Amino acid sequence: MDAKLKQAFTEPLSLNNPILIQVLGICSALAVNAQLEPAIVMGLSVTVITAFSNLIISLIRKTIPNRIRIIIQLVVVAALVTIVSMVLKAFAYDVSVQLSVYVGLIITNCILMGRLEAFAMSNGPLASLLDGIGSGLGYAWILVVVGAVRELFGAGTLLGFQIIPDACYEAGYVNNGMMTMPAMALIIVGCVIWVHRIFTSKN
Amino acid sequence: MLQQIFDKLRPSFEEGGKLHAFRSVFEGFETFALVPSETSRSGVSIHDAIDSKRIMSFVVIALLPALLFGMYNIGYQNAAAAGALATTGCWEMFLYGFCVMLPKIVVSYFVGLGIEFAVAQWKKEEINEGYLVTGLLIPMILPVGTPLWMMAVAVAFSVVFAKEVFGGTGMNIFNPALVARAFLFFAYPTKMSGDNVWLSKDTWFGLGHVVPDTQTMATPLGEAAAGRMADISFADMLVGLMPGSVGETSVYAILIGAVILLVTGIASWKTMLSVFVGGGLVAWLFNMGGMDNAVAQIPWYEHLALGGFCFGAVFMATDPVTSARTECGKYVYGFLIGALAITIRVLNPGYPEGMMLAILFMNMFAPLIDWCVVQGNINKRAKRMEK
Repeated sequence: MDAKLKQAFTEPLSLNNPILIQVLGICSALAVNAQLEPAIVMGLSVTVITAFSNLIISLIRKTIPNRIRIIIQLVVVAALVTIVSMVLKAFAYDVSVQLSVYVGLIITNCILMGRLEAFAMSNGPLASLLDGIGSGLGYAWILVVVGAVRELFGAGTLLGFQIIPDACYEAGYVNNGMMTMPAMALIIVGCVIWVHRIFTSKN
Repeated sequence: MLQQIFDKLRPSFEEGGKLHAFRSVFEGFETFALVPSETSRSGVSIHDAIDSKRIMSFVVIALLPALLFGMYNIGYQNAAAAGALATTGCWEMFLYGFCVMLPKIVVSYFVGLGIEFAVAQWKKEEINEGYLVTGLLIPMILPVGTPLWMMAVAVAFSVVFAKEVFGGTGMNIFNPALVARAFLFFAYPTKMSGDNVWLSKDTWFGLGHVVPDTQTMATPLGEAAAGRMADISFADMLVGLMPGSVGETSVYAILIGAVILLVTGIASWKTMLSVFVGGGLVAWLFNMGGMDNAVAQIPWYEHLALGGFCFGAVFMATDPVTSARTECGKYVYGFLIGALAITIRVLNPGYPEGMMLAILFMNMFAPLIDWCVVQGNINKRAKRMEK
């Protein structure tokens, strides 16, 4: 793998992360990760959609008339979102109920349009595919981190398994109700950005 | 004499000294005990004889009557719940309350100042004195039944996220003490409201009485929200021997604090007065409206005496950092706090106490109010220029 492809994949994971650096797609990042499971599913769904929409748009980028490119991009994304939504309903119904409208709203996720416009329209299929996967995973890992913190402190569980022992509850520990509110997700995302800046701003 | 002690200790805290890591702590204590003699090195500056550390000390003094009464009230409620009101002495009640409150105050200061000192040392800044007041306010605005560890978490949260991220004392948008309370209110609602948190139920060093866990006690506002009218007279509300957050119950004790703040010129009478005017007016309108709602039926003057209204109006709304700074703006700011607090109380039974949310909400709008006042002034003068 040559350096450019590698960069297309790794850059969105950290140094050009869609949430941490570009601050895109925040609304869904705050809404769906009160628990870990929907966060993981949401992250994977977005990864699949960014990867394939990037690939498809990149393949047909030379035939797309410039003036109607947004509509074409939207059609591709909408088709992919519909497929993912149907797959979720078929194979992971409970999670798809939890995610409710947010799967459908992936179509409005700024990360998708941002990557299509900024990358897929001007790069080859393989690089675009890698960039799509990278961006999706860059989005997903933030969701997973925030979801894990919120579920652990908000409900004392991870993926539904109880982590904090009963002895703690008997000693007076109480789950933090604030963690289940979107306001706390905003603060945790802020903390992740904070820590990330500490490590990256030195370079 | 103090001066000599500090002078003797200073070398070990300077650059290269063995205790250099605690330089900010040393400076903090020195400037707290003595007025610093250092003056600015450039430009022309005029310094008031009273710097912000002195102001904070005055606020702490103003808080003391409410705090001492709150301690007495803790003991009184404990004795009343145990049915031993006649056999428990006045001093015993106070000492019991003192023993209950002391750990809370110590923990609040320890956690809050610990974070402040660490940040000051890390950023190589002076220690901010703002926490002196916040640290005392936080235990006073919480129910007595809130566990210590929860308070510690809330203190850490508010110092970091309501204060340090904005740049420390003087830069915060929201009142840190109220942020701590709001955090607890939303994070641990069972320990912050309801009927089970207003009583201290254990004995401390042989003082006080053990009260069975099933014994509960509701604040007058909580009872009204549940649809019952509290059987407590207006005079009793002013004295404040009733369940409630530690510092907020006694109107008289808060009045003493208000006088201290106003005489020393620390708090603005404009803000304070307009909070009461706003709250009274809206409560009166609800009285007139004839709503089928027990809270709406509380007479307007009792509304002002109940819950955290007085405490918030005197000590929270007047916080010079988070309130509006223009003179006209203070009227608007205060009026809206009072009006919102009563509106929340009446219209949302889930929040029997609206003062906290009202003040936090108006904290957010204070800069906007100031901006409007300043712009209005600019426009007025621009028109005068044209003539």
